Amino acid sequence: MLSHKECVAMLLAGGQGSRLYALTSKIAKPAVPFGGKYRIIDFPLSNCINSGIDTVGVLTQYEPLVLNDYIGNGQPWDLDRMYGGVHILSPYQAKRGSEWYKGTANAIYQNISFIKSYNPKYVLILSGDHIYKMNYDKMLQEHKEKGADVTVATIKVPIKEASRFGIVNVGDKNRIVEFEEKPANPKSDLASMGIYIFSAEKLYKYLEEDEQKTDTSNDFGKNILPTMLANGEKMFAHIFEGYWKDVGTIDSLFEANMDLLGPNPSFDISDRAWLIHSKNPIAPPHYIGEKGSAKGSIVALGCEIEGTAENSVLSANVKIEEGAIVKDSVIFSGSVIKKGAIVCNSIIDENVVIGENAKVGSEELPRKIAVLGCGAKVFENEIIEAGKIVEGNR
Amino acid sequence: MDALGIIFSNIHDESLPELTAYRTTASIPFCGRYRLIDFALSNMVNSGMTKVGVITKSNYQSLMDHIGSGKDWDLARRHGGLIILPPFGVKESTSLYNTRLEALKTATGFLSKSTEEYVVLSDSDAVCSMDYTELLSYHNDNNADMTLVYFKANAERIDGNNNLQLIVDNDGRVADMAFNVKKDMGEVCLYANICIMRRTMLLNLIQDAVSHGKTHFAADILAANVNHFKIYAYEHQGYFTRISSLQSYYDESLKLLNKENRDSLFGSGGIYTKVKDSVPTTYGTDSVVNNSLIADGCTIEGKVYNSIIFRGVKVGKGTVIKNSILMQGTMIGENATVNCIITDKNVIVKDRRLLSGSLNHPFFINKSTVI
Repeated sequence: MLSHKECVAMLLAGGQGSRLYALTSKIAKPAVPFGGKYRIIDFPLSNCINSGIDTVGVLTQYEPLVLNDYIGNGQPWDLDRMYGGVHILSPYQAKRGSEWYKGTANAIYQNISFIKSYNPKYVLILSGDHIYKMNYDKMLQEHKEKGADVTVATIKVPIKEASRFGIVNVGDKNRIVEFEEKPANPKSDLASMGIYIFSAEKLYKYLEEDEQKTDTSNDFGKNILPTMLANGEKMFAHIFEGYWKDVGTIDSLFEANMDLLGPNPSFDISDRAWLIHSKNPIAPPHYIGEKGSAKGSIVALGCEIEGTAENSVLSANVKIEEGAIVKDSVIFSGSVIKKGAIVCNSIIDENVVIGENAKVGSEELPRKIAVLGCGAKVFENEIIEAGKIVEGNR
Repeated sequence: MDALGIIFSNIHDESLPELTAYRTTASIPFCGRYRLIDFALSNMVNSGMTKVGVITKSNYQSLMDHIGSGKDWDLARRHGGLIILPPFGVKESTSLYNTRLEALKTATGFLSKSTEEYVVLSDSDAVCSMDYTELLSYHNDNNADMTLVYFKANAERIDGNNNLQLIVDNDGRVADMAFNVKKDMGEVCLYANICIMRRTMLLNLIQDAVSHGKTHFAADILAANVNHFKIYAYEHQGYFTRISSLQSYYDESLKLLNKENRDSLFGSGGIYTKVKDSVPTTYGTDSVVNNSLIADGCTIEGKVYNSIIFRGVKVGKGTVIKNSILMQGTMIGENATVNCIITDKNVIVKDRRLLSGSLNHPFFINKSTVI
């Protein structure tokens, strides 16, 4: 009965996320906080459990401490299982030697024995840096119905922007006929989301073959998929409809947070039928004082707001003192904005202290996001200009 | 800390008929996202206790639903952890127990099988933040048989009838106890219904009381033994409340809008509660919120003053909420006015309704009522 799992998910969470600069100085990209009480990895993990996939390998490599600690035994996502559940897979030493994960495909290759221990029919490959709600089971059903060897999740993007993405050109029944990486003249508006379902045997075969090659960057998008296409394997595109955002840059992370705001947010996470699970903070309800306000904002537990927050995302235990103004900004947990300080168009990492009457960021357009790293201190009356990135341990 | 905990969950149900119509005293919602029992449980966990028995009697579905396996309090343990002690039918008693002592009798099996040296007894409605390791060292420093926790209160402001006054001598020893508090006594020491003693001592006391047909814990065990045992008193400073009536529920809740009280209750160890994975609260662009505590998962479009808003409450545009406590899932429509109201869970108040109680007589709306 329980001798195998139909589908095992492998979540690529080892990337540094260098384009998030100070935010990922000490933590892996998937552990970056998002939306007041989440971390980016909550989205793929919640999608897994909500889609009925209860076996997830999380491949970590870069600064895994916070991420490992956060995932723990997987209990917040109901992934603490006797059989299956969430597993942290880090690079390891072996008889053949030891090596870091060289690319996305190599990372999976090094953990084939983990996958095989569950003897799955299908393997779902996920990225740890996307914000979206997706039912992977729909994609899996499509994969099965079509008898595909691999299914690539895609999303329609405006054709003008298509040249920023990996584009998938499809034929009859969405069968994939061509991949184009950031094409100058895109032929289709279907962008690959970096989410794949492989039939397990095909995955093993192509991963092993790829390892034998020398001229490969061991990457799914660059090597594995094009090789499979060239060999005429059955590859289909699954068209995902809904909100999806790659939050690999400061601007996109900022935009994704802003997408949660407003009366009809572009990304609605309040639907209890598709809950995003997370490790909840231990904190009392937030308090808004006599002169406080939080217009157009979302506010998590434990905040104390005596000043003004407007159109912002406040994570747990943020303090905004009297007379301080936070506008169009994202504040991670435990940060303190002292009296009279003004914060605008900024992302403030955890446990930052912004001194009295300091000014961080500016309202000027075009918007340039100022970033303060974890634990940064801004002195009284100090000015941090728009778009400036301040490392945490300066 | 080498102690186990016992929490009484139904203990004062009768003084809170409105709030306990569908639940135990232990599971009364409090301060936006908690149930009363969270405080007693969290104090035990934060003091390093890993085994807690919860004595239940009736209406305890909501309590079971809330505490589950105890994992949100770190009490889902292979050894010890959270143990529910429902009424245990034995030959000699065919009805449910009525007093604390009879309740403890049902816990004798649990107590005698345990190996912990000490036991901390707490009522589920004792709301405070307290470190029991300090209580234990005080207990041991005095070489006491029993140590009772008390708090100071002004006799004039005491209501309800569950008041046990401790008369404490200069050494901190309990010299006498009184069951009635006269209004003109000024500041008095009231028993907080939290005490510590050796586990074996509690077992002996229960055995002895049962064989002598005694039923009243405070009168027959505590008061009767003031001279016989070394009973010491330990003062809890900072926010403390017992919910003794709907009015006190209202007053004590709103006291938490005061920062000093909030810091006293939440500042030290953190209070655990059932995790619901609610989203953060969303504020509309026209929202106004003053001096209020607001939990997760709410959508606030209107105006909220001096109020406590639980998880998942919706307040529509143009609506004004004042001096009110809105429990989980309450939906208030648009352009309504709500003043001095306590809504139980999932109450719906439609557009343009006007509801008002008064500060010394809040109006209570039953669970799932539609107005």
